[in-house]
Amino acid sequence: MSYAWHWEIFLQPAASGETTYLGWMFAGFETTIALSLAAWVVALLLGSLMGVLRTVPNRFLSLLAATYVELFRNVPLLVQLFSWYFILPELLPTSLGNAFKQLNPFLQQFLAAWICLGFFTSARVCEQVRAGIGSLPPGQKNAGLALGFTLPQTYRYVLLPMAFRLIVPPLTSEFLNIFKNSAVASTIGLLELAAEGRQLVDYTAQPYESFIAVTVLYMLINIVVMTAMQRVERRVRVPGYITGK
Amino acid sequence: MSMVSIRNVSKYYGDFQVLTDCSTEVSKGEVIVVCGPSGSGKSTLIKCVNGLELFQAGEIVVNGISVGDAKTDLPKLRAHVGMVFQHFELFPHMTIATNLTIAQQRVLGRPRDEAMTKGMMLLDRVGLRAQADKFPGQLSGGQQQRVAIARALAMDPICMLFDEPTSALDPEMINEVLDVMVELAKDGMTMMVVTHEMGFARKVAHRVVFMDHGRIVEDATKDEFFGTPRSERAQTFLSKILSH
Repeated sequence: MSYAWHWEIFLQPAASGETTYLGWMFAGFETTIALSLAAWVVALLLGSLMGVLRTVPNRFLSLLAATYVELFRNVPLLVQLFSWYFILPELLPTSLGNAFKQLNPFLQQFLAAWICLGFFTSARVCEQVRAGIGSLPPGQKNAGLALGFTLPQTYRYVLLPMAFRLIVPPLTSEFLNIFKNSAVASTIGLLELAAEGRQLVDYTAQPYESFIAVTVLYMLINIVVMTAMQRVERRVRVPGYITGK
Repeated sequence: MSMVSIRNVSKYYGDFQVLTDCSTEVSKGEVIVVCGPSGSGKSTLIKCVNGLELFQAGEIVVNGISVGDAKTDLPKLRAHVGMVFQHFELFPHMTIATNLTIAQQRVLGRPRDEAMTKGMMLLDRVGLRAQADKFPGQLSGGQQQRVAIARALAMDPICMLFDEPTSALDPEMINEVLDVMVELAKDGMTMMVVTHEMGFARKVAHRVVFMDHGRIVEDATKDEFFGTPRSERAQTFLSKILSH
């Protein structure tokens, strides 16, 4: 293969002048992390709420949560992103839509991607939480209620602490996915890691170096997330409880 | 005075009738054993008493409060009706001490120290004080069930419901649990016990309720039941389980 490797391009001043190409890369890296973490918070909170609602003995609430899940799980992520970014501002009351369009472009893109990723992932978290609660012995809920706990107390003290422990491994996958899925934000112009990689190719004509760097940075995120989640798993392990290991 | 009064209770799962016109009374300080073949509705009936199962017809009154009444504060009622389950149902992520104190604190609003003192006293009573800092998964089945009894007692119950408390235990562990229950009965606790342990019934029960196909077939004093059961169904049941 006759390819001229030029790793030194990362240290060259970028076209924008103020920084190097490595600086571009790190800016995208930061955006990816900020976007994904912010979306993960939304996904975890909203997903947990919906997951609980899917298991409560109230037909209206569980149907509401089921509808929510089907909506956000069955529409492609890219279509959802375009809906939030291009369509929703038009459907909002004019003043609110205009206010959105007057934000600086980065903020518009970031907001749309944040909401989109958060909602999309929350539908998946919801299903994990529901499965976690469902996998507990049915007697646990009865034991909580029999002691005089209200239903919310039974969830708070009895069901959720165990359900979340059981679903740490699948939640880890969702956490990793949200970083990878955040790359779709590049399609609405957000300069996150994947977008910076492509931009670098355009400016330097060194595709291998650019995409290797992007790959390494995504892998770095994943290694950190996996290590952190393994630590979480170990910390919350229940002595004497069979975890299938 | 009647502590638990079950009057003409019927229950359906869809079209299937699990309980048919069940009636019985449990007086204060009385020990009632409920027995019968699998699927006869014993567990369902006992779960109706504290409202863990709903019923469609009839009435259950516990200490003057109607369980089926929509206005009844069920958590408040249940806080004072102890229940022990077949599979123990201790909370696996809490230590034994926390299992014993959490409901005292969160439901009865007792301060931590008081709840802890009470919990430790009861652990002592079931002979497990040394296990206070362990987790349920680190205890044997018999030990877990004794903790479960102590957990229910920590709420100062006015009566105790036992749903096949020894059915999931190894034979060697059954007695350590029964011993605790016998003690409890001797102390005058009002108890409704679903069990196949006829030895326990003979020893401490005042009355035996025999169920079959969702009906109370026989409701007799212990001596009547073991001496001369009236129904043919109870006779065959007894001859089968007492023949060994």
